[in-house]
Amino acid sequence: MLTADDIEALCLGATLLGTGGGGDPYIAKLVAYQALETYGPVEVVSARDLPSDALVLTTAVIGAPTVILEKIPAGTEFVASVRSLASYLGKAPTAIMPIEVGGCNTLFPIATAAEMGLPIVNADSMRRAFPQIEMTVFTLAGLPAGPLSVADEKGNQCVFETTSNQVAETLARTAVIQLGLANAISCYPLTAGQVAEHGIQDSLTYCTEVGHLLQAVKDGQVGAWERFLGESGSRAFFTGKVVDLDRRTTDGFARSTVILEDLHGSDSTMRIEVQNENLIAFYDGQPVITTPNLICLLDCESFDPITTEALAYGNRVIVIGMPCAPEWHQDGMLELVGPSAFGYDIDFVELSV
Amino acid sequence: MSNFPEFRIGIDVGGTNTDAVVIDADGGVVRAVKVATTPEPIEGIRESLEKVLREVDKGLVRKAMLGTTHPTNAIIQRRDLDRVGVLRLAAPSSLGVRPGAAWPDDIREVVIGASAIVQGGNEYTGAVIAPLDEDAVRRFAAEAPAHGCQAIAVSAAFSPATSEHELRALEILYQELGDGFPVSLSHQVGSLGLLERENATILNAALLSVASRVISGFEDALAGHDLAIDAYLTQNDGTLLTAVEAGRFPVLTLGSGPTNSMRGACALAGVDDAIVIDVGGTSADAGILVDGFPRESTAAVEVGGVRTNFRMPDLLSIGLGGGTVVRDARAGNGAGLAIGPDSVGYAVATEAVCVGGGTLTLSDVSLAAGRLQDFGDPNLVASIDAQLVGDALAWVDEQVSIMSDRMKSSRIELPLLAVGGGAHLIAEQVPGVSEVYRPESYAVANAYGAGIAEASGTVDRVYSYDVSSREHCLDDARDLAANAAVRAGADPDRIRITTITEVPMTYVPGGGCRVMVKAVGPLA
Repeated sequence: MLTADDIEALCLGATLLGTGGGGDPYIAKLVAYQALETYGPVEVVSARDLPSDALVLTTAVIGAPTVILEKIPAGTEFVASVRSLASYLGKAPTAIMPIEVGGCNTLFPIATAAEMGLPIVNADSMRRAFPQIEMTVFTLAGLPAGPLSVADEKGNQCVFETTSNQVAETLARTAVIQLGLANAISCYPLTAGQVAEHGIQDSLTYCTEVGHLLQAVKDGQVGAWERFLGESGSRAFFTGKVVDLDRRTTDGFARSTVILEDLHGSDSTMRIEVQNENLIAFYDGQPVITTPNLICLLDCESFDPITTEALAYGNRVIVIGMPCAPEWHQDGMLELVGPSAFGYDIDFVELSV
Repeated sequence: MSNFPEFRIGIDVGGTNTDAVVIDADGGVVRAVKVATTPEPIEGIRESLEKVLREVDKGLVRKAMLGTTHPTNAIIQRRDLDRVGVLRLAAPSSLGVRPGAAWPDDIREVVIGASAIVQGGNEYTGAVIAPLDEDAVRRFAAEAPAHGCQAIAVSAAFSPATSEHELRALEILYQELGDGFPVSLSHQVGSLGLLERENATILNAALLSVASRVISGFEDALAGHDLAIDAYLTQNDGTLLTAVEAGRFPVLTLGSGPTNSMRGACALAGVDDAIVIDVGGTSADAGILVDGFPRESTAAVEVGGVRTNFRMPDLLSIGLGGGTVVRDARAGNGAGLAIGPDSVGYAVATEAVCVGGGTLTLSDVSLAAGRLQDFGDPNLVASIDAQLVGDALAWVDEQVSIMSDRMKSSRIELPLLAVGGGAHLIAEQVPGVSEVYRPESYAVANAYGAGIAEASGTVDRVYSYDVSSREHCLDDARDLAANAAVRAGADPDRIRITTITEVPMTYVPGGGCRVMVKAVGPLA
């Protein structure tokens, strides 16, 4: 069972897996608290433990982070996105699943599961944050994002049948612009059998565990840093100070380049390329961490994960590389979420721990 | 600079002292006094005013500025706060998070008497989320007094851009509760970010009685000296609110103390861009002034455990002060020197080695190295190991260097203002710093900072650069901010734009951009 007591660690883990983006989980955390308090705890289930033909529906927020700060979710839009897709499919869902365990979309589905009285599936399709709907392991498995639904808090709903997951991304964004840029989406309607076979398993558990491990580091427990790196398979690549920060917005994406200078006095530098999320880290010009592996920046003193928006000149940060979920490593990964998918002419680099 | 003699009074009520200064038109300190802050702070204000006006030609005094910790203390101590009815105009959006959801229980129980989320508010486009549910507003007005509510806080989604629903709700509340009923509207209090703005509006409403007492006390004190002059309070960005505005928006005065101190120190040193490090007995606080104003923190600011979106000065604190305890652990376990974070604090005057006490502090080390002068007996520290002195000061220098480096927003060298009782610890040369200043009248920098404060106006709204050009949008924002500054009392001919911040909105086509502009000018 997932209760209000589990939210804090989950939220810290979700901020880390947001890998610099993913939307601030603060509001999502408050929505999850209120839903768990109002509707009671949520049962966490494994996809393997559900009947293989049971319908699993996802839900997530879709819109602009700046707008969501002002138009706080009602909770009902997530429920509406699930119900409208279920109604279109003519079948009731057995469980809810997060599509993106990383950033704010880790926590909204928990509120939805609580409100609908359904269990939440301990799986997702990214186990980190990515900016677009098609960037999932389900796409690699050839599973369609559609039919998908978009809903607002007023009762407006639309369902799309789409010919590709890229088209799904385009259509959903277009609808959202008309619906106020703070909406809910339900996509990738799947059976529990498909989730068990193709999804990333135990991602909520993983998120909670890295949250607890990082909290222990923040609390200053002896050996916690080594435990955090060891158990998450991560490696600290660089400890540096932000000496340059170039932000620009193109095609609706927040792109930036971050330059770090070595805090220990060497001439080495690290450069990080960002498009909503941290995508590539270069050590003295050589790529050392590349998407889909995770690049996370932690504050040197508080060990808080730092989002791209909050980053400022002079910040002292530790750059860690975390391995992406093993489920990503299959044919088509690099074309979908590797450096070239984001326009970088760079080869993927295995994370050496 | 003015050609005719004209004085201003600046008063700052701090935790320990209430300071007052009289400043002439050229910024010179005519007279400065310091009295103890009293349990009922208005007593200290009266006393400081009485003392500072002795031997001053009262006829030349034109304006009086007050910076005070009253409202901050009221919130931190949960004392004298009004009970507030919280009305949010945003349904059906926002129902997922109730008003006061993340507040500490103790302050929520004291402050929030009733709350409701009713239909209303706007989209980012300006379209309504739902028409305002006027009947629901009337029902709330009818029920709020029964829950003990002495004031009402109204917040609508996107009201900083579109304020009609908040203004209409105000009309209805006045019809139902009478024109004098205290109501705070969120678009007048905070910027984008509904939950944080709502929190600030609730705190504002809760502070109305406290503010009214402070302001009437201040005005009575001035009247007691036959001073029929304009009274102002300082707000957290270092600019002024008229006494009338401060009575309506007391929450804007929270955190004005550090701002006044930094601005005062810079003005006394005659610089506009500088790092300021205030070294006290226990800790050192670093901030940075850009164009004469403190750089604001980007992190959410909590006041008494309540998250707000105020733009507070970006401050960095470390445990380094004149009373910081130094332990020589090298002989024992070889662990080396242990410095702080504990401190003997203000007891450094009796407990430090250099005054005959038994605790080795950073002041003793500083004296032994010749940095500290006019305090303690150099003979008492002559026997301290030279290696220890060198190592301890190397640590201090490194900490100061790190603090000043972290404060800078670029590699450009800046002057550093060393202030506070422990400023002697700061070396003459700091890496990345062009020059170290030690302003003389620092003792009253807070009051001086209040006295030199200017009027300001701000705007925070979302523009679409595809609808009209970026330049046109920025011009519009500059005009709106300048007009707001004039309304706040600024001289229309001497207004300058101090900050323009553009935050492009991700995932939004059409060049959506949040623009924040602040305009500042001296009082007309």
